[in-house]
Amino acid sequence: MTEGLTERPIRFVHRGAIVEVAGLPATTTVLAWLREHAGRTGTKEGCNEGDCGACTVMVGDLDDGGTVRWRTVNACLQFLPTLDGRALRTVEDLPADHPAPRAMVEHHGSQCGFCTPGFVVSLAALHANRPDPPSRRELADALAGNLCRCTGYRPILDAGEAMYALPAPAVNDDDATVAALQTLRADPPLAYRAPDPATGADSRFLAPRSLDALADAAATHPQATVLAGSTDIGLWANKQFRPLPLLISVGAVPGFKAITETEGVLHIGAGAALEDAWAALVAHLPPMRDYALRFASPPVRHAGTMGGNLANGSPIGDSAPVLMALDARIVLRHGGAERTLPLDGFYTGYMKNLRQPGELLWRIEVPLPGPATRLRAYKLSKRFDCDISALACGLAVTLDGERVTAARVAFGGMAATVARARAAEAALTGQPWTEATLEAACSALGSDYTPMTDLRGSAGYRVRSARALLRRFWLETRPDAPLAPSATQVWEVPA
Amino acid sequence: MNVPRESALAATPQVGIALPHESAHLHVRGQATYIDDIPEVAGTLHAAVGCSPLAHGRLLAVDLDLLQAQPGVVAVLTAADIPGSNDCGPIVRDDPILAEDTVHFLGQPVFLVVATSRDLARRAAARAKDVIRAEPLPPVLTAREAHARQQYVVPPMHLARGDAAAAIAAAPHKLTGSFSLGGQEQFYLEGQISYALPQEDATVHLHCSTQHPTEMQHVVAHALGWAQHRVQVTCRRMGGGFGGKESQSAVFAALASVAAVKLGRPVKLRVDRDDDFLITGRRHGFEFDWTVGFDDDGRILGVEADLIANAGCTADLSAPVMTRALCHFDNAYWLPHVALHGYCAKTNTQSNTAFRGFGGPQGAFAVERLLDDIARALGRDPLAVRQANFYGRAKRNVTPYGQVVEDNVIDDLVARLVRDARWAERRAAVNTFNAGSPVLKKGLGLMPLKFGISFNVAHFNQAGALVHVYTDGSVLVNHGGTEMGQGLNTKVAQVVAHELGLPLHAVRVTATDTHKVANTSATAASTGSDLNGKAAQAAARTLRQRLDAFLSEHPQHAAAPWPALVQAAYAARVQLWSDGFYATPGLHWDRDKLQGRPFFYFAYGAAVAEVVVDTLTGEHRVLRADVLHDVGRSLNPAIDLGQIEGAFIQGQGWLTSEELVWHPQTGMLATHAPSTYKIPTANDCPPVFNVALYEADNPADSIHRSKAVGEPPILLPFSVFLAIRDAVASTGESGCLPPLQAPATPEAVMEALAALRASGSSASPT
Repeated sequence: MTEGLTERPIRFVHRGAIVEVAGLPATTTVLAWLREHAGRTGTKEGCNEGDCGACTVMVGDLDDGGTVRWRTVNACLQFLPTLDGRALRTVEDLPADHPAPRAMVEHHGSQCGFCTPGFVVSLAALHANRPDPPSRRELADALAGNLCRCTGYRPILDAGEAMYALPAPAVNDDDATVAALQTLRADPPLAYRAPDPATGADSRFLAPRSLDALADAAATHPQATVLAGSTDIGLWANKQFRPLPLLISVGAVPGFKAITETEGVLHIGAGAALEDAWAALVAHLPPMRDYALRFASPPVRHAGTMGGNLANGSPIGDSAPVLMALDARIVLRHGGAERTLPLDGFYTGYMKNLRQPGELLWRIEVPLPGPATRLRAYKLSKRFDCDISALACGLAVTLDGERVTAARVAFGGMAATVARARAAEAALTGQPWTEATLEAACSALGSDYTPMTDLRGSAGYRVRSARALLRRFWLETRPDAPLAPSATQVWEVPA
Repeated sequence: MNVPRESALAATPQVGIALPHESAHLHVRGQATYIDDIPEVAGTLHAAVGCSPLAHGRLLAVDLDLLQAQPGVVAVLTAADIPGSNDCGPIVRDDPILAEDTVHFLGQPVFLVVATSRDLARRAAARAKDVIRAEPLPPVLTAREAHARQQYVVPPMHLARGDAAAAIAAAPHKLTGSFSLGGQEQFYLEGQISYALPQEDATVHLHCSTQHPTEMQHVVAHALGWAQHRVQVTCRRMGGGFGGKESQSAVFAALASVAAVKLGRPVKLRVDRDDDFLITGRRHGFEFDWTVGFDDDGRILGVEADLIANAGCTADLSAPVMTRALCHFDNAYWLPHVALHGYCAKTNTQSNTAFRGFGGPQGAFAVERLLDDIARALGRDPLAVRQANFYGRAKRNVTPYGQVVEDNVIDDLVARLVRDARWAERRAAVNTFNAGSPVLKKGLGLMPLKFGISFNVAHFNQAGALVHVYTDGSVLVNHGGTEMGQGLNTKVAQVVAHELGLPLHAVRVTATDTHKVANTSATAASTGSDLNGKAAQAAARTLRQRLDAFLSEHPQHAAAPWPALVQAAYAARVQLWSDGFYATPGLHWDRDKLQGRPFFYFAYGAAVAEVVVDTLTGEHRVLRADVLHDVGRSLNPAIDLGQIEGAFIQGQGWLTSEELVWHPQTGMLATHAPSTYKIPTANDCPPVFNVALYEADNPADSIHRSKAVGEPPILLPFSVFLAIRDAVASTGESGCLPPLQAPATPEAVMEALAALRASGSSASPT
């Protein structure tokens, strides 16, 4: 047992009261608990993989100022122990006169009604977190993780606008929730154990609360599964039935989520939510806004972490191409020992990387580019929102006048791992940023990658569109008459 | 209950107003009960389906011992455990509930695991690939390949008029082409589910998410070898259907019921989303080959076309789907000489089935794609070419299947839309934009539609209803239709309230139940309100007549409030409940010759869409859509608007992002969940979306002169596809014919752009 962890039930706040759960496997999802154990069937299962949003719920954390910050997550992906010390709110917990459900009725925002609880929760979270009315586009972005097959969305967007004009009642269990969350702060760090009827063995969950304890737990249990947002590991349990006898959660370590900036370097704690990590990056690099929006859905970005995305190391994990183009470094920690590696080189093969058993991805260090560097991030997929990339890229050139002094080109979806395009970079470096140089780089891309054909695109399409994205980059950043994004990207065109 | 009685004629109308969905207040609070939300009876077991890991193979054995040994497993069922008929085919009896000696697609149900929890059932069923022993046989995975082998689920169908070959040969211009149109997954948000409860004296009560409770009753009775009166099927609401729960809820209904009866315990079968994709079929993908002859104005003189549908491995509803495709190839156009050949290709994939439009959209798509080619080849405005081909009113008004188009409003409707959408002006603006935009190109598309309303099989066009008036004046309605979100129960309640002169809140509609209204038709073919509204109206009218008769004998109650009147009538032993029945008049259909009057009337509509396409990457975005759609005299404009907009976005998804990909060797459906199969999101809703109702009385005597609205608007978003093609064409020379396939994914658009560049981009009519 890692020091300080105490074997005890899971304790969280629901409807202003503390709920204790014991005896269920650690991989029991919040959705399964709600529907099968708590008798709360208002939250629906549509896909069981975090893509439809019918199970959207809010999870609340008490901040240091004593208020609860509510964020949406997919209840189908979250394991119940991740609620420990936190608060849960579902569609059934909203007050009767809440403006989100009311506006949905008044604007005919439901038809079959099955997706509706998820939409109502997403709207209610937006209403809670954003006091001023959002634009239509911002509303749609906030609802990107909720699929509706009936309405075509127009009435739901109307409801989202209209709820801001309705009187907003206080959510009735706020004070009780704060008090209960304060009570839970006195609980010792969670070690949870319950028998798993699927395996006949124990199912365990450890949630250290300090950085040292976390590193220690991981080093002590190198066979354990390190759990961050469970936006992927949730599927290992839900869909693949992989045995997960021991989970070490990073979610209870506040320091693991910190994002700081020192001397031109952004330090992103590996446990920082994707939403927060991307917000920090976009604040420094505004052209990446759309790319960040297209990275999964709001509920997945709230739960998932940038560290998890990198450590998982999918060939199309959308963080890596951009971070490689930024020459980011990763800090790994094993027990008390840290080592720093360039992200470029971290991946050794399909879903393989240099992280050793018991070692944790600790921090991401992103050198912020200077004014001479042009950087873009592009993604291609069949759908704008919440679609796994056919390919994604981070593209950077540093210019001295018209000459490229340095180039970093990284693509996901073009090989077994996210990888840099060395030949294309070589074709750019030292050359004037002209169409002839671009053509040379495009041609070199052909030798950088041998992509495969799958459901997201053929090999030929991937090569052609990788070149197309390089051309778009040139059009937007060339010294001579660069084009505005409204001339190069369909999502920037005014209606 | 305190409902003031008003004279029915003087009452505030309850139809024609935008009332909220009857369950909206429940939907938004998570209080609407779907089948999985029904509190489980103690002792309930959970089932999961073991699916074939092969697309085609001879089934040798299933290792039942290994399955039985899995944690929590109570029983494992195979085909041998089905006491009655192992078949759930709706028309042709070729659809085994569980595979017997051969597996015909990857995902086909082979066994059923029943366990103490859903999780344990799923885990055991996931061992399918370990426990199923089968000898692989070569699969046929595409419609083209099956067609080449003349391998069909039903015999080919032919719809012809005149001499198409001669008309084409004599025409001033001729074009030939091929085209591929993908299928579409229904993606109802609530997956397939059945919950079977064994009852006393060898009966079963089945809660099933289905558009067709009566057929579920029949399938379960056949599977159990029972009389139909021993099976009760109930459905309060579905979380979406779209055709996917018309016939294909049957396999789950049968499996849950057989297991429940065998074990004597309640059994719930809720299918995981991936299994739902792998087991059930969807909208048929079509391949088209066509030759058309036309004149200088683009008027079609003769057309011959092969329509090859991917039916999947069994007949299911493919024959009527193809019939409707053939009967909608004309869309809104007079085709003097026509020869259409429909082939339902048998492949080793999921058996394709009903999906909103039921083949109609595929048929109409073919003629629109062809007219787009004619307009481009002639260098004429696609609007003008379409107008030149519209059905006439007195002449040129007979469909290829022999029905006279009597209610044609397409000229006026399209004229109004293009005026309000400023078609000509925006055409010029798009051209100007494109001239100044090297990377992004805009395109405009226009789509008129005519859609036939009624089941193509005349005898399905019947419905029943029951209306109860209780002694406090409250009213309960039950009818044979099912609520899947389309607002049917709201509309039927409105009809009854209107008929009785009551406010809507006085009327409740209850779960569809085979113990109440018998022998119902599927809620399908857009006929829900037409049929059940009329049946409920008839029942309410009977009640009103009885009350009027009572009042004429007892005039002292004339001024009584409704509850008092009802009380008085009850005391006088007036029957306060009634049935109602409706059969659509005037329909006849010759299934062999494909001739007759299959449709009670036609619905019309039109749309204009504007898109912007990235010629570097093939991505697109819909910037604006304008729609004018004919719903007759709307029963509920809010619900009708919802149907039109929802269909538009759903059809837009079909033609753009919703791509189905099967592995070319194994036949595994790679796009089997929302992570891989991409339906539209809120950002795909056009930022400018002007949708209006073309309100005019339905000339046919439909319920309050309204028109059906479920399916017809699924054709409107063809305008989006045509607009994308228009944008692609702007990169080529005048007269170019971009070979854009549907769905127009970024890759498909890039291929069309590349083909234009490679071909020198010009093609002229011969």
